[in-house]
Amino acid sequence: MNDDLLSIKNLSTSFRISDQWYAAVDNLSLTVKRNEILAIVGESGSGKSALAFSIMGLHTRARMEGEIYYQGQNLAAMSPAELDRLRGNEISMIFQDPLSALNPLMIIGEQIEEVLLLHESKQTASPKKSRKHRKEQAIELLQKVGIPRPEHAYGQYPHELSGGMRQRVVIAIAIANQPKLLIADEPTTALDVTIQLQILELIRRLKEDMAAGIILITHDLGVVAEMADRVAVMYAGQIVEIASIYTLMKNAKHPYTRSLMSSLPTVNDEGAKLHVIHGVVPSLKHLPRQGCRFRSRIPWIDESKHEADPQLHEVEPGHYVRCTCYKDFHFLDY
Amino acid sequence: MWKTILRRLLIMIPQIILLSVLVFILAKSLPGDALTGMLDPSVDPSMLQEQREKLGLNNPWHIQYWDWITKAVQGDFGQSFRFKMPVMDLIGQRINNTIWLSLVTLVLTYLIAIPLGIISGRYHDTWGDRIITGYTYLGFAAPLFIFALLMLWIFGFHFQMFPTGGSVAPGLAPGTFDYMVSKIYHLLLPALSMALITTVSTVQYLRSEIIDIKQKDFVLLARAKGASESRVYTHHILRNSLLPIAAFFGFEITGLIGGTVFIEYIFSYPGMGQLFLNSILIRDFSVVTALVLLYGIASILGSLISDIILGIVDPRIRIK
Repeated sequence: MNDDLLSIKNLSTSFRISDQWYAAVDNLSLTVKRNEILAIVGESGSGKSALAFSIMGLHTRARMEGEIYYQGQNLAAMSPAELDRLRGNEISMIFQDPLSALNPLMIIGEQIEEVLLLHESKQTASPKKSRKHRKEQAIELLQKVGIPRPEHAYGQYPHELSGGMRQRVVIAIAIANQPKLLIADEPTTALDVTIQLQILELIRRLKEDMAAGIILITHDLGVVAEMADRVAVMYAGQIVEIASIYTLMKNAKHPYTRSLMSSLPTVNDEGAKLHVIHGVVPSLKHLPRQGCRFRSRIPWIDESKHEADPQLHEVEPGHYVRCTCYKDFHFLDY
Repeated sequence: MWKTILRRLLIMIPQIILLSVLVFILAKSLPGDALTGMLDPSVDPSMLQEQREKLGLNNPWHIQYWDWITKAVQGDFGQSFRFKMPVMDLIGQRINNTIWLSLVTLVLTYLIAIPLGIISGRYHDTWGDRIITGYTYLGFAAPLFIFALLMLWIFGFHFQMFPTGGSVAPGLAPGTFDYMVSKIYHLLLPALSMALITTVSTVQYLRSEIIDIKQKDFVLLARAKGASESRVYTHHILRNSLLPIAAFFGFEITGLIGGTVFIEYIFSYPGMGQLFLNSILIRDFSVVTALVLLYGIASILGSLISDIILGIVDPRIRIK
């Protein structure tokens, strides 16, 4: 049996800026297996969230091309009603900003119950009984994500909870129907470091409990090292390197991955200068569409070292790198 | 909640006192007094002086104010010079007409604003939205009194579909069914004329609220839960965008006051607004001050209502 839970083939997601379409996700292919955490790493603007939203079908004004197969069904070709049956049920998402992800006018319990109600099988017992059952389930979920006094939190409004607690509620909503695929879009970015650890621990436990495939989007390499089984590094809408976490940590090839890793501070060489990646991510409108997209940020590497149309090369089993420039890449000395 | 309301009510007391002082000073500082408007110019000025002295019009303003306010709190605003009857009775005759006109206008305002605002916000940047937005711009630009005259001319005069004045057809006994029908019939055109203009700000407000709310994260989360588009609107977007509209309800009352003054005058509708304008023209001060005070209190009440509604519908403001 095919082990792929999600398989994305040649996905492009484009946005319109003053009558022109620009691809935020550009011809991207990847797979997610069951019981695996795939981390997607990249700077802001690299297309990570656009990818997550594409899988969830949450873009309202984007043009999508390519296929997104979830257990053999193409999500990209589904009708809204078909998609609604999967979303929140088999596929769910944890949002980035817990402060704005909850409806300010609804109590926590109601927001969790909504996702239960939407995917409840129609044959259940009397409405009254199922309402009671939903409430029990909601409280159970709140307990599961580690909210103290869940019965009390059930009746509270989002503004009465802290950011960390709200993120737990968002997670409770995401896992309510035991999804097979969970997309976590920077789940810890808006949180304190101590809360971050707890949330990550929670997500890892969920993976073990549910054997789900998880896509973890982040720009925090520390989180990646801690959590991921495989890592895809995204730059300017493309995957530039993809490998298992062990391979990547030991043997990163692509200049972008290496730059990202060397810009992490370490405890050992205190006082050493941090590596800085030259330049900024070009905006969607100004992305180079031809050649290696990273070349503008490593200008000391000779133009001839880049491929004209960079492809992913398999450098060892399961380890792919885009463009040949990695062979000649070296850091600049300061 | 009750504490908040009580606190707001207490704040109203100094507001109303200040308002009454202002109203009184403004009325006094207008040129002329009741006597100059009433008597014919050939009367001997010394006789006028004598009358002024007798009526207390030469006393310092704070003494005059005290005389006025102590009577006013007992419901005695004095006599109308023109109608020769107590001001309270005069207002009492007309206040019902104005309240009905305002109520019908309010209902029409929301009946127009809510569907238009929702269509415009939900389908923004479509032709439907452009047409509705075009209408709101027209509504903002068109002065109410000119629009009302136009409506009066088209539907009242040209097509003769509606009466052009009064609040009820003559010869009907109050309380009968025909009387009620006639009342409503007389109300419709002025109320609609006003509603069509005053509603545009609510349409715009609702539209921008919806456009703003529909890209919030919690709306995306609702979609990610698998909620259908219509459920996303009814349960998430509309609830949140109607909130400020509901809160604005009280301030709508303030807007209505200005509107009814014009509308009643144009449609010869016997309400407080018409009385107000007429009384200013003939310097019937006791009526003017009473009406301004009443209007002012209505505005203050309006903002109180807004605060209370917001406190009820928005859990973030609700105080336990």
